[in-house]
Amino acid sequence: MTPLLDIRDWRLAFDGFEGRAQVLDGINLTVMPGETIGIVGETGCGKSVLARSVARLVDMPPGRILGGSIHFDGQDVMAMNGAALARLRGHGIAMIFQDPMTYLNPVFSIGAQMVDVIRAHDRASGQRPRNSAAARKKAADLLGSMRLPEPAGMLDRYPHELSGGMRQRVLIAMALIGTPRLLIADEPTTALDVTIQAQVLRLIAELVAMHALTLMLISHDLGVIGALCRRVVVMYAGTIVEDGEATTVFANPRHPYTRGLLAAVPDLEKPQHRAQPIPGQIPNLLSPPSGCRFHPRCALAVEQCTRDKPVMRDVAGRSVACHLAEHA
Amino acid sequence: MWRYVARRVALTGLMLFGLICITFTVSNIAPSDPAALAAGPDATRDMVATIRREYGLDRPLPEQFIRYVTGVVQGDLGRSIVSTRPVTQDLARFFPATLELVVLSMLLGVGLGVPLGMMSAVLKNTAPDHLTRFAAVSLVALPAFWFGILLQLFFSVWLEWLPTSGRLEVATAPPPFVTGMYLFDSLFAGQFNTFSQALAHAALPALVLSFPCLASILRVNRAEMIEVLSADYITAARAHGIARLRVICVHALRNAMLPTLAMIGLRWGWMLGSTVLVETVFDWPGIGLYAVSSAIAGDFKPVMGVTLLIGLNFMVINLIVDLLYGVLDPRLRNAP
Amino acid sequence: MSSAAATASFTQRHASALRQARFFAWSFARSPSALLGFAIVLVFLFLAAIGPSIVPYPGDATGAMNLANRLKPPSSAHWFGTDEMGGDLFSRVIIATRTSLWVGLTIVGIATIVGVPLGIAAGYFGGWVRAVIMRITDVFLSVPGIILALAIVSVLGPGILNGVVALSVVWWPGYVRLVEAKALALRHEPFVEAARSVGATHTRILALHILPNCTSPIIVKASMDMGLAILAAASLGFIGMGAKPPAPEWGAMISVARTYMPNWWWYAVFPGCAIYLTVLGFNLFGDGLRDVLDPKSSRG
Repeated sequence: MTPLLDIRDWRLAFDGFEGRAQVLDGINLTVMPGETIGIVGETGCGKSVLARSVARLVDMPPGRILGGSIHFDGQDVMAMNGAALARLRGHGIAMIFQDPMTYLNPVFSIGAQMVDVIRAHDRASGQRPRNSAAARKKAADLLGSMRLPEPAGMLDRYPHELSGGMRQRVLIAMALIGTPRLLIADEPTTALDVTIQAQVLRLIAELVAMHALTLMLISHDLGVIGALCRRVVVMYAGTIVEDGEATTVFANPRHPYTRGLLAAVPDLEKPQHRAQPIPGQIPNLLSPPSGCRFHPRCALAVEQCTRDKPVMRDVAGRSVACHLAEHA
Repeated sequence: MWRYVARRVALTGLMLFGLICITFTVSNIAPSDPAALAAGPDATRDMVATIRREYGLDRPLPEQFIRYVTGVVQGDLGRSIVSTRPVTQDLARFFPATLELVVLSMLLGVGLGVPLGMMSAVLKNTAPDHLTRFAAVSLVALPAFWFGILLQLFFSVWLEWLPTSGRLEVATAPPPFVTGMYLFDSLFAGQFNTFSQALAHAALPALVLSFPCLASILRVNRAEMIEVLSADYITAARAHGIARLRVICVHALRNAMLPTLAMIGLRWGWMLGSTVLVETVFDWPGIGLYAVSSAIAGDFKPVMGVTLLIGLNFMVINLIVDLLYGVLDPRLRNAP
Repeated sequence: MSSAAATASFTQRHASALRQARFFAWSFARSPSALLGFAIVLVFLFLAAIGPSIVPYPGDATGAMNLANRLKPPSSAHWFGTDEMGGDLFSRVIIATRTSLWVGLTIVGIATIVGVPLGIAAGYFGGWVRAVIMRITDVFLSVPGIILALAIVSVLGPGILNGVVALSVVWWPGYVRLVEAKALALRHEPFVEAARSVGATHTRILALHILPNCTSPIIVKASMDMGLAILAAASLGFIGMGAKPPAPEWGAMISVARTYMPNWWWYAVFPGCAIYLTVLGFNLFGDGLRDVLDPKSSRG
């Protein structure tokens, strides 16, 4: 079976006045159709940039590709022309984002924005764009399937008139317009209230099941990943450090960073067990640490860690990039 | 919404009153005796005294002020010494010519400034962007009166493509009066020859007048476009597969147009101010030339009239811009 | 070895300041137009300072007549040609930089002295103080400066001094607007609230916290306005309400030169070039400064 998404040795940097920050350093990731994969890591570890490079949404400059390739469904994303890119975005890959307020255009009504996307997809799939009445009908149907009340009336409202949860549902509806194969959700619930979070997560889970979507969920919240994803990928400072079945990784982490992440989550069932923050700070990517990028913060680091960059190896049923994975 | 409109209109009235206060104050700082000026150089003392009484100049200042305000409100701006007509009549005669020029310049400024600003933003920090930005600063720095003379020299004297000055050839009769703007009036009357003549005459002054406006609109539009293009909803629109051109020209431009619109409102007033220079160079019989020739003759009532008219214009245009804001930006519609 | 250690500790101690300075230099050097503006401003200041002592015919600035030489085209003896009195235009144009410099400095200086305190008061105190100041400012801003200046000069009578007075009277509202917005934002900054909560006086807060944080936009505006004020004064000169010929002033020179167009074109061309370059220089310089000092407001 061909993988839906195949990222090989992907290396990306941003050029700024202080120099070049290497934000993604040799990412290898293969996603099969139907997988639900969670990408977890601290703010600034490059998980959002990774998601954006998949849909070719990173602006160049300041971005700069240092090497590697991304293939979606066997096609080279970086080599796509405008028409192929239009089919890829929305049709192949759809995205939902963190803050639903800022990702909706404030001066257009919900209906206008959805109709625009619907017609763009008609055009991308080589049909004549449907007329606006038909497009509005489809938009209202989609909003209805998001369990939004009064979908027809919703079309004439503006983003600032909706609540955060409603806006996120609108964005999810817009993402599903093109019946995408891969849904990338970039911190979809971070900006929402806790009660709304649960509703939105349930909605995403249902949609993934109903449309047989491949899901790539990006979050710093291990709980969210555990609830929605079967596979988890842990990122640290622009590299993947651990990749495997969520249950396996969470039950028995092999990378010291993954262990640190898990220990940093407060456990409500064991309140006497205090959450342990990971000591130190995320490294400055202008001059990343030599060898393993995690070694300055790692309690187990040995001399080899400062020298050799660890490669991903299969250890105990998952992949880990750590020289000491066997010993842990 | 309607309460907002009412408050905005009331504020405009208050500002107009403020402006009247300014013109009154300025009129009364004259070191020379306005009565003596009005009476002329050969007048006797008695004549000056008579004029002083006639104009109420012997009354205490507060009383003069009240008379002045009531006069202005009723459209009485005094009498021009040079033309001997009431200033209001003169303004009505000269204003259409100025309006014609300003409308034409504004069309040029917006028509060129907005697309160039968009282009500059999209091509940020490339050679075309640097060139456009440099050109924009240059256009602000160009002295309108000097560049007008150079254009006359080039297009009128050397190439002989365009006329040097005035609104029409001497032999051509103005089109029948509808708006007073020859470009419109000649079209209404179907006099296409007159229209093309009027356009040829207006081309150079309108171009010179549009430069600072073009530059400001370009710069605002560029800055706004750069900001909007990095907004999350633009990323989202691209992620949804909307074509790049449509993202720029529809999704981004509509947001960037709001501050650009405010700049258009500001520039309208400034442009009316610059007519004193451009109309002098091109001998364009509008309120700018009227103000200058009156000022040179030491006849300040027409200048005050022009000041009030331009101020009124500015306030009305900005009132319209404010209300348009509400139409273009749904977030403001529900605001108190 | 020890000197290397000392250097390291110096760079460490001043790391943030050095980083800031490096960032300014990086931003400024990225913009060739800002450097060009800086160069033009330097040349302008240099000519204003020593112009009269380096020009070939310094006497021509004060109206020396040499009718045998009138209206000669540019040559090696008279680089910019001569005017209708036989005056050397090169000398006159150079000497006029000094006029423009003091005109610009006076107008911008008065505008800052009047506008900045009013703006700070309006933004910091708010309430009716702000309402009154800002309404008056708005009224002044509703008429283009050149028109209001023309109105004032038409009453006071023409002349360069009256022109400068008139332009100063109309120039300050821009500063009120600028500073008011800034002070209003600063008023609620945590460090200002903190100062107020420990009992600092208004004067102290204004002098130590508000004013220093307003300086960047003021400097940027002042440098742009130097050019625009010079342009405005030249405009008044051109329409015959500013400097009177034969005073060496660019606008007034063009005003006279206009009657000698098109045959004696050089008469108008060179003073105009001087205005254009000066205003361009100050604008580019101000633009570059803004990108460095006040990047968030790079618009308009």
